[in-house]
Amino acid sequence: MSSPIVEVRNLSKRFGDFTAVDQISFEIQPGETVGLLGPNGAGKTTTFQMLLGVVTPTEGSIQMFGLDLMTHRETILRQVNFSSTYISMPFALTVEENLKVTGKLYGLSDINRRIDDVVKKLEMEDIRKKLTRKLSSGQMSRLTLAKAVMTEPKILFLDEPTASLDPDIAHKIKGFLKEYRDTSGLSMLYTSHNMREMEEMSDRIIFLQRGKIVAQGTASEVVAQYDEDDLEQVFLKIARDE
Amino acid sequence: MNIGRINAMISRHLYLYRRSFPRLLEIFYWPLLDLVVWGFITMYLAQEGKGLHGAVTFFLGALIFWDILFRAQQGITISFLEEIWSRNLMNLFASPLTAGEFLVATMAMSVFKVAAVSVIMAFSALFFYSYNVFIMGLTLIPFAFNLIAAGWIIGILTMSVIMRFGQQAEVLAWGLVFLFQPISCVFYPVSVLPSWLQPVALANPAAHVFEGMRDVLLNQNIPWEHLGLATGLNAFYLLIIIGIYQYTFSVCKERGMLVRVGE
Repeated sequence: MSSPIVEVRNLSKRFGDFTAVDQISFEIQPGETVGLLGPNGAGKTTTFQMLLGVVTPTEGSIQMFGLDLMTHRETILRQVNFSSTYISMPFALTVEENLKVTGKLYGLSDINRRIDDVVKKLEMEDIRKKLTRKLSSGQMSRLTLAKAVMTEPKILFLDEPTASLDPDIAHKIKGFLKEYRDTSGLSMLYTSHNMREMEEMSDRIIFLQRGKIVAQGTASEVVAQYDEDDLEQVFLKIARDE
Repeated sequence: MNIGRINAMISRHLYLYRRSFPRLLEIFYWPLLDLVVWGFITMYLAQEGKGLHGAVTFFLGALIFWDILFRAQQGITISFLEEIWSRNLMNLFASPLTAGEFLVATMAMSVFKVAAVSVIMAFSALFFYSYNVFIMGLTLIPFAFNLIAAGWIIGILTMSVIMRFGQQAEVLAWGLVFLFQPISCVFYPVSVLPSWLQPVALANPAAHVFEGMRDVLLNQNIPWEHLGLATGLNAFYLLIIIGIYQYTFSVCKERGMLVRVGE
């Protein structure tokens, strides 16, 4: 087996008396998509934020590409990107301008070619010159995804990338992500509250509850472990502490 | 320190200014309005108070100089607020951009703003009131740099407070700088202040710039002592405030506040 892209060991985050993430350990292999599941407040977002270096862990270590995130932040973050429904981009810039700024931030050399490429793949030609403040929520999701993939990351963190999208756009985005993953060998850490989507997208599932990992494995392994019919039933069981 | 990433941040703000009328207004409208009001006050004082004739020429120069400090401060603070308003901090700090590069980019933006405002005010003062800010000669240059540095110090302080206490502290972006105005002695000499306040004013680099400016205009002296003190104090405070900014940044990452600052 090749070395993992992400290696998380005994990671914890406490905010005062509240423990958001409690001693979690997991790995993500090259080309693997891991689904991070859990009810609201389970610690998914805090885990994401620690992996992206915007929240400092209280304990534990995060290694990516064999390097420690705390000491090799810039080298690592050049090869990492994220997309989230809950994040926006500067409203007064056009889609293209936002992508140009992203290209410069990540030190890309052929920015215009990459923009042409990603705009075409995500069917954004008609909104390329549009101001970001005028985008619909579906268009905004495509923009944040475009800014994430145009940097050609080795791992992509996706926080509910299809939330608030209509089924047609959600289907297209999932199709794009699967094709992109298969052609580029990209690894992904994926969160969603749509269990069918998690089953469809993830090679492996990690269930979080109150900051701890309570189950992990393939979707069918987790379903079997809890003796339920599907992932949604497992989710309900875990969320309700049954 | 990566120049490309600093350039990316500058491009982001230049794109914004290129098409935002309210932001252009901030550069042109308020400074011009200030100049018009103070220009008329100066003219009135010149007509009515014959004994004040020499002194009133200070007002327009002082106003232009104060605007350098104010815009330098605003350049930093507003650039940071723009990121909060557009919920963009997570995009920036989950990228390879460092806190230091972000700070340098905001400093560069403040220099752009100061340059634009200064040119407009200097030429308007000359055109409308025949006031030539360049009568101070080459001493104008180190004075202006010192005021920019003093503006940066207040701007970084304001940005750190907003980062630490969230958007509720946003009002400080416009208000905090005016806390320093009475002890900057913009329109009056330090000697006018009560004796207990004078040492406080003399610990403020901006006060030395304005004292020095009056010295040039009144006595045509190059005020080396004021220039030296202003530069030394600015360097000292700038080092301290950059340390505070870096510390605040790491505290905010520790407490998870960096990504929640705009919420």
